[in-house]
Amino acid sequence: MADSTPPPLHGPSSKEKKYDRQLRLWAASGQQALEDSHVLLVNSAGPGVVGVETLKNLVLPGIGHFTIVDPATVSEDDLGVNFFLDEESLGQSRAKRCYELLEELNPDVEGHYIAESIENLLEKPDFLSPYTLILLVAPIPARLIDIICRTAHQTGTPVFYIHSVGFYAHFSLLLPSAFPIVDTHPDPASTTDLRLLEPWPELSALVEEKARNLDNLSDYEHGHVPYVLLLLYYLERWKKEHNGQVPQNYKQKSEFRELVRKGARTNNPEGGEENFDEAIGAVLKSLHPSKLSSAAMEVFEAEECQNITKDSQTFWVIAAAIRKFYLDHKATPLPGAVPDMKAQSADYIKLQNVYKTRARADFHEVLQTVRTIEKNLGRTTSVDEKEVEAFCKGAAFVKLIRGRPFHIAGSKAGINWGHRAKFAYQALQDPSSLLPMYLGLLAVDTYHAESVDKPLDESSLLSYTSSLVDNLEREAAAAGSSTQDVDLTEAKTQVSQVVQELIRHDGAELHNISALAGGMIAQEVIKVITRQYIPIDNTCLFDGIGSRSSVLRL
Amino acid sequence: MSEMNGVTTSRQRWKYLDRVLSRPGPFTDEDWVPGEEVISFLESAKVLVIGAGGLGCEILKNLALSGFKDIHVIDMDTIDVSNLNRQFLFRQSDVGKPKAEVAARFVERRVKGVKITPYCGRIQDKDEDYYMQFNMIICGLDSIEARRWINAMLVGMVDMENPESMKPLIDGGTEGFKGQARVILPTMTSCFECQLDMHAPRAAVPLCTLATIPRQPQHCIEWAHIIAWEEERKGDILDNDDPEHITWLYQKALARAKEFNISGVTYSLTQGVVKNIIPAIASTNAIIAASCCNEAFKIATNTNPYLGVPETANYMMYSGDDSIYTYTFEHQRKEDCPVCGNLAKDLEINARWTLQEFIDSLAERAEAQLKKPTLRTEKSSLYYQSPPALEEATRPNLRKKLFDLVSDGEEIAVSDPAFQIDFKFRLLFRDK
Ligand SMILES: [Zn+2]
Repeated sequence: MADSTPPPLHGPSSKEKKYDRQLRLWAASGQQALEDSHVLLVNSAGPGVVGVETLKNLVLPGIGHFTIVDPATVSEDDLGVNFFLDEESLGQSRAKRCYELLEELNPDVEGHYIAESIENLLEKPDFLSPYTLILLVAPIPARLIDIICRTAHQTGTPVFYIHSVGFYAHFSLLLPSAFPIVDTHPDPASTTDLRLLEPWPELSALVEEKARNLDNLSDYEHGHVPYVLLLLYYLERWKKEHNGQVPQNYKQKSEFRELVRKGARTNNPEGGEENFDEAIGAVLKSLHPSKLSSAAMEVFEAEECQNITKDSQTFWVIAAAIRKFYLDHKATPLPGAVPDMKAQSADYIKLQNVYKTRARADFHEVLQTVRTIEKNLGRTTSVDEKEVEAFCKGAAFVKLIRGRPFHIAGSKAGINWGHRAKFAYQALQDPSSLLPMYLGLLAVDTYHAESVDKPLDESSLLSYTSSLVDNLEREAAAAGSSTQDVDLTEAKTQVSQVVQELIRHDGAELHNISALAGGMIAQEVIKVITRQYIPIDNTCLFDGIGSRSSVLRL
Repeated sequence: MSEMNGVTTSRQRWKYLDRVLSRPGPFTDEDWVPGEEVISFLESAKVLVIGAGGLGCEILKNLALSGFKDIHVIDMDTIDVSNLNRQFLFRQSDVGKPKAEVAARFVERRVKGVKITPYCGRIQDKDEDYYMQFNMIICGLDSIEARRWINAMLVGMVDMENPESMKPLIDGGTEGFKGQARVILPTMTSCFECQLDMHAPRAAVPLCTLATIPRQPQHCIEWAHIIAWEEERKGDILDNDDPEHITWLYQKALARAKEFNISGVTYSLTQGVVKNIIPAIASTNAIIAASCCNEAFKIATNTNPYLGVPETANYMMYSGDDSIYTYTFEHQRKEDCPVCGNLAKDLEINARWTLQEFIDSLAERAEAQLKKPTLRTEKSSLYYQSPPALEEATRPNLRKKLFDLVSDGEEIAVSDPAFQIDFKFRLLFRDK
């Protein structure tokens, strides 16, 4: 089915030209979300380069607004590490100069700055309300992080908490307690869903039409029967010889593959047929019943999905409708995409239309359910059809992230590992884990809670890290981890090396590491704002010595 | 105090950097002496940056703020409006100007005391003497061919008698949310050519599909691009950047799609297919460029262990599509690498192919990727691309079957105008 009206023949708009390379990743809808956003960067006592580098990577692709909060004035040492300052900036507000030099990167972006400390600003109760996402850069007093996170969690505003010290970088992400993603952009090769084990009448009719007379077809036609139809044809033959059962296990699938292989004609120079090769190649990956990913299962089992209310977000309304579809049919709505395969044009288009029509019907069934739910609950606005359609296409790959507060190390009393204690304790015993770096940074935060200006001191840091380790061990033991025969010598050595490296830099940022972390954080910000692809859950560590990263759920 | 670029600066500016340069850490070598000597080497090191695009802009900024003072940059391109979403040293008013020049001037203006020497041209314009002057080379290119060229050049330059002739090559590449950074110590560790199969070319659509049985919008666009243009606008040189040309292809493709009931041909897709556009964003460039510069800084200063030390990791893969995942590993050198190894590479072939079919396959095979090969065996010339007289003399071979030209297990030498070296392959007959 070609679109009936040909599209207008003008070229792309100037915005489409400028953003061409990124629109290919997140499309107009993602771009719109970026343009509607307002990102707040809070710099406090440190050099603050990592946040500025993050903003650079957000201004370029065109976020709507950004605001920099930073009480500092530019000093000589800023010029050796921050690219968005120059000689002229010396003695001026750092927030103002960074804002000016960032804003000139993209005339579509509106920047703002506030040359005050966040502490004063938070006295205004609704200070945070204009912002769609917040970047907090350490060092910053724990008390303030706490206030910001609490407020943000109430409003569902995502918060990043960021460290960049020497060769180490860390960031944790606080997301709303339910953060669902429909457009996860799974790898197209892994998402092909052909339903070969559950053909419907129109599909079977096409097999009948194109493949029944396989043996009487000319060589050309025989070599161009789409592999999907070949597989369906041979499945029917197999079922006749196996009490109506499809191939069950690896052994049977291998036998089935042989059956298909024998059907290929070899009286040609290539010694085989490409469509049969495709069919043989697809046996193992396509002959299984459609199954939900565990991520999608989590969505359909979520409380929010089972108890839809008048005020539920549209995501949950659609999810509930798809859940009903799944319960009724033991399958998600058909996505409808058919991969390219050796075939004549008309046959391929016909096959494609059979899948498209079925996908359309599934979508309409879901849409009906959505409308019924809306009516029953007396919801005043109706969900956009396009949203329902997109959900149906990606239903098997939707993802739900449960946002959770990250650790704030404000006092010597340490932090509460909660139900992640066992996991973190395991990670500590793994010599390749980057958890020691995380403990080191928490120790620095604890130290700064007392005195932000004093140089770091090794014995204080080591005493904080050892109480962090002890706490973790205690909590893990309470949660049931065995601590009897665990030898933490290596972990403790690693922690003390981290501490030495942190003291070597004493709060200094290396431009390379801040630029690298700024890139990583900007990717995550884009994923969060566009609700496309899958952001981290919830803590990321990068080690610039070994050039490795690790994402831990803490 | 030092004077450069007419400005006097004290080390105060480098307060943060000086901490790592003047203090040992838990992972620094026991013999490493921090301080003045390290700083003066960093300031005198000569670094060449190849490419002033998405990665190159970031690399120049990062090197300048890592304390390097003598940076050179090569790029042959001029600035296009679609660069502005990530190449942050360029503004709307710079469109049409040479990238290397604009980028160099911008960073020099912003970071006082750094000298950046631009060269607007091709890397192939320069010879061994030119490359010999640098301490290391950082590549931020999207072209596989250019990276193979510089890799072969640097491997060829190594003189075992002269350790200075071994120039570390640091290479970065990105696609969408993914990328990779690697360090190559020519002749000592796995080189770009050893790793070529990590960059498999996209399989080409068979010509008969384009000509007779298109099924996808891409097939219609390729048809317009490869077949319709040749037939209807022969003589016109297709310019991928000319909107009139792209619009023409788009309309042709659209009409063909309509004829076959295929949907999905758009202007943007047409552009993407014809120009082979790879999605690119600022943040991924930032990650990969900074990783390359982090390694360059560690190599120049020994402030911490770096990627590429023989028998340790030399390659970092980054993927940001689904959470964040990095894989840092050692890519092993290959003994049959045509550039840094000394054995011929085994190549399985169908002996019933014609020489022409074999030549076509060389362009597509991940481990070869040779587009205009000249082939010969020890005893005879199989096919010469040039000069014209030799081409004519060897042309009849193109239609002969391989089993009539070579024997199973025979070695052939292949040269290609894009590379300075010969590739050695040992042909193994499949289905004897
Ligand atoms: Zn090699």
